[in-house]
Amino acid sequence: MPTVSVKRDLLFQALGRTYTDEEFDELCFEFGLELDEITSEKEIISKEQGNVKAAGASDVVLYKIDVPANRYDLLCLEGLVRGLQVFKERIKAPVYKRVMPDGKIQKLIITEETAKIRPFAVAAVLRNIKFTKDRYDSFIELQEKLHQNICRKRALVAIGTHDLDTLSGPFTYTAKRPSDIKFKPLNKTKEYTACELMNIYKTDNHLKHYLHIIENKPLYPVIYDSNGVVLSMPPIINGDHSRITVNTRNIFIECTGTDFTKAKIVLDIIVTMFSEYCENQFTVEAAEVVFPNGKSHTFPELAYRKEMVRADLINKKVGIRETPENLAKLLTRMYLKSEVIGDGNQIEIEIPPTRADIIHACDIVEDAAIAYGYNNIQMTLPKTYTIANQFPLNKLTELLRHDMAAAGFTEALTFALCSQEDIADKLGVDISATKAVHISNPKTAEFQVARTTLLPGLLKTIAANRKMPLPLKLFEISDIVIKDSNTGPAFFPGRCAEIFARGQSVGKLGVLHPDVITKFELTMPCSSLEINVGPFL
Amino acid sequence: MADGQVAELLLRRLEASDGGLDSAELAAELGMEHQAVVGAVKSLQALGEVIEAELRSTKHWELTAEGEEIAREGSHEARVFRSIPPEGLAQSELMVDSMEDEVQRRLQLVRGGQAEKLGEKERSELRKRKLLAEVTLKTYWVSKGSAFSTSISKQETELSPEMISSGSWRDRPFKPYNFLAHGVLPDSGHLHPLLKVRSQFRQIFLEMGFTEMPTDNFIESSFWNFDALFQPQQHPARDQHDTFFLRDPAEALQLPMDYVQRVKRTHSQGGYGSQGYKYNWKLDEARKNLLRTHTTSASARALYRLAQKKPFTPVKYFSIDRVFRNETLDATHLAEFHQIEGVVADHGLTLGHLMGVLREFFTKLGITQLRFKPAYNPYTEPSMEVFSYHQGLKKWVEVGNSGVFRPEMLLPMGLPENVSVIAWGLSLERPTMIKYGINNIRELVGHKVNLQMVYDSPLCRLDAEPRPPPTQEAA
Repeated sequence: MPTVSVKRDLLFQALGRTYTDEEFDELCFEFGLELDEITSEKEIISKEQGNVKAAGASDVVLYKIDVPANRYDLLCLEGLVRGLQVFKERIKAPVYKRVMPDGKIQKLIITEETAKIRPFAVAAVLRNIKFTKDRYDSFIELQEKLHQNICRKRALVAIGTHDLDTLSGPFTYTAKRPSDIKFKPLNKTKEYTACELMNIYKTDNHLKHYLHIIENKPLYPVIYDSNGVVLSMPPIINGDHSRITVNTRNIFIECTGTDFTKAKIVLDIIVTMFSEYCENQFTVEAAEVVFPNGKSHTFPELAYRKEMVRADLINKKVGIRETPENLAKLLTRMYLKSEVIGDGNQIEIEIPPTRADIIHACDIVEDAAIAYGYNNIQMTLPKTYTIANQFPLNKLTELLRHDMAAAGFTEALTFALCSQEDIADKLGVDISATKAVHISNPKTAEFQVARTTLLPGLLKTIAANRKMPLPLKLFEISDIVIKDSNTGPAFFPGRCAEIFARGQSVGKLGVLHPDVITKFELTMPCSSLEINVGPFL
Repeated sequence: MADGQVAELLLRRLEASDGGLDSAELAAELGMEHQAVVGAVKSLQALGEVIEAELRSTKHWELTAEGEEIAREGSHEARVFRSIPPEGLAQSELMVDSMEDEVQRRLQLVRGGQAEKLGEKERSELRKRKLLAEVTLKTYWVSKGSAFSTSISKQETELSPEMISSGSWRDRPFKPYNFLAHGVLPDSGHLHPLLKVRSQFRQIFLEMGFTEMPTDNFIESSFWNFDALFQPQQHPARDQHDTFFLRDPAEALQLPMDYVQRVKRTHSQGGYGSQGYKYNWKLDEARKNLLRTHTTSASARALYRLAQKKPFTPVKYFSIDRVFRNETLDATHLAEFHQIEGVVADHGLTLGHLMGVLREFFTKLGITQLRFKPAYNPYTEPSMEVFSYHQGLKKWVEVGNSGVFRPEMLLPMGLPENVSVIAWGLSLERPTMIKYGINNIRELVGHKVNLQMVYDSPLCRLDAEPRPPPTQEAA
């Protein structure tokens, strides 16, 4: 769940009232958010680095709010406030408009070189915006949150925001050989080639995670203005020339990526959230993107979509009996402006560009239920009549478990994942003969394979419980994973047997070979029995 | 001398005495170790009211070994003095011409039992020089009890068959039980506490008419684990960081291709009333094998099988089995844990029905106060987190997750449009750790299990009051 950190007092100021922590927690519960933590910068630094480093840090109260993973419109203070105010019916949902510029429209031209590496780009302009330090921080933070979430750590989409007044269009989005790209990136004092930058950022804790996205490609994406100034080298870093500050008035936003739908959603989110601070509130200046095939499109889309849902469908799905008018009111509180139309049973719902999460009527049903209040819904029992059946394997297992315990054995519950050694070397068997399933990229040896036998788990349990009085009698009845039938562990010669039931081989028993015993770090003689329960069903 | 004999001697002396006797004095008189007399006193005490014994503490002064030597031979100073020849030694610094061996005199007083004749300062000085020690002696003042008798009959420890048949038990005294002693535990086997809880949950589902789904496959394809559930291919949960993918065998070969096509279309283009996700859905991605991250994949398989049977019949399904997550591990999280899942499929099910079923389910766990909170799952909409009020922690804690499966998941399977499927899930480990007061999941699951805990763990009664955990928050 993504977490948004907001200054409590700023939040309350924007909401137009204060809340106690309990009241705000309750509001979050109703809306589907979670007030995860109440802290401050000082507290955070104190926890991570100790009190000395924390001295002098801000103790302004911060609310850390968990937000549903599909609600990109709630990832910043601006969006949270807007959502909550509409929910509480304190404001009407603002309408976002794309407007054409007074002068020439900004153009972003995509060349065909980008096709192989990062084909899509969209752009927009926020005109006459007014930042304060808090708004600026929020703007930067939102980009970071979007990068981490919907952008899948910049792999799918990367956002670049630029001071338009330092640039001159039209802009070109192309891809070039790394050695041919040279510019002064953000936070650096001189120019570097792309090759040098990739090297430098290998040790940058923040940027090193994104290098792999373009590192081994022959051409790197890069955006220039008409004077050859580099705006950015997505998805790695922006140029210093066009960096945004608190005083920036006009912002050129570009989103590049490999997923066109997501690039459009991301652009829409940024501009809708921050157009609040434009002189012409909630308006976004259009930009034109020209694709390699010559076709041009205007962005941001800021599309409002209309959906029709029957009132009785919502009532039926939720289990309530509200009038269509009431349902329309409930949905409007969820930022889905609705009105009753037609025969009085149809509700027309306007889905704003900030609600990319609404893709089916069921999403609308959920919002109606949230506004109604989940805990106001009457609990009823389905009339579904069914006869229950146990899964035969589990039924037999339960019977066997009880009889094993009655026979004096103690039940163990061991891991299904283990090391290769555990199921092969330690049992005196070659790994290829085990027909085991192998995990890819295991973090440690303990996650290399899935167990092909229950024996190693039991032996490790004994080894971990050395101080227990003897005898130790353990059992386990559970699943193993095999690609095929496998060979068993090494037994002491002459002291083992294959078990047959109704003419079919079902398992083996015997005294374990001393090599097996020592490899599991045990010292006492050990005997084991392993049978497959399947044939007994 | 045997305990019994000493005891008899003591009783006879007691009878003859006036008021009582002192155990140390008796020991001295009888010429035996004081401990032997103390032993006899204790065994007589165990008989009940035969004697009364009062513990007394006396202090007296004794000479240390060095003190004894000086009492015999004289103090060091005096011996030095006496060893100096009359002509004197050049380097000696004797301050006196003659001396009385005061130290020796004092020590001899103490040895003679007359330490009280010395002043406290004098005694203190000798103690500092480690010639004297104060010794505490614990003795018993023994007097006659209400059931005093000089004869002690031997006490029986066990009732025997012979005593029963002859009736002799009526005339024999029996040694009282020591209820503070540990008994001998009978040999027995034990069931694992987590699996005891699992058995109880199985019972609850069966009592509610739920049929158990097959889950005997730890390995699953991405298709059934994610795609069939309408979880998009670029979803973070499908990262290597969260999911265990297989190197060998890497791909699932058997998939129902017509169904796969419908799923592909729904993801990439929409349909069934949905906008879809509008991305390029790849078959290769769906074929990737993994260790299942939830048992919801088994529910998907079961619902798909159900959808192939015409006409549609309503069902209730459940499963409790192991799932795997490749996440950060800590005191309450392991890579392997158990998920409990319940599913109801029928015409016209509502969110109210889901809440009602949850109420019945949790009531069987002894949880009656529930609250529901909006949540998000990729495959359910609406989704709800279920909270219950924890008396001990005095706050609402999450006890489960639930929702109504999305039409994009159900309709491609072929389920009729007006059929709703409600589902919920929770982990098995969490309620077990709370119930059994276990704080570290490694002591419960895996080979590092605390076997003594398994031996000692009581019955699982899910609807009884949980015993208060030994420390605060269990999980």
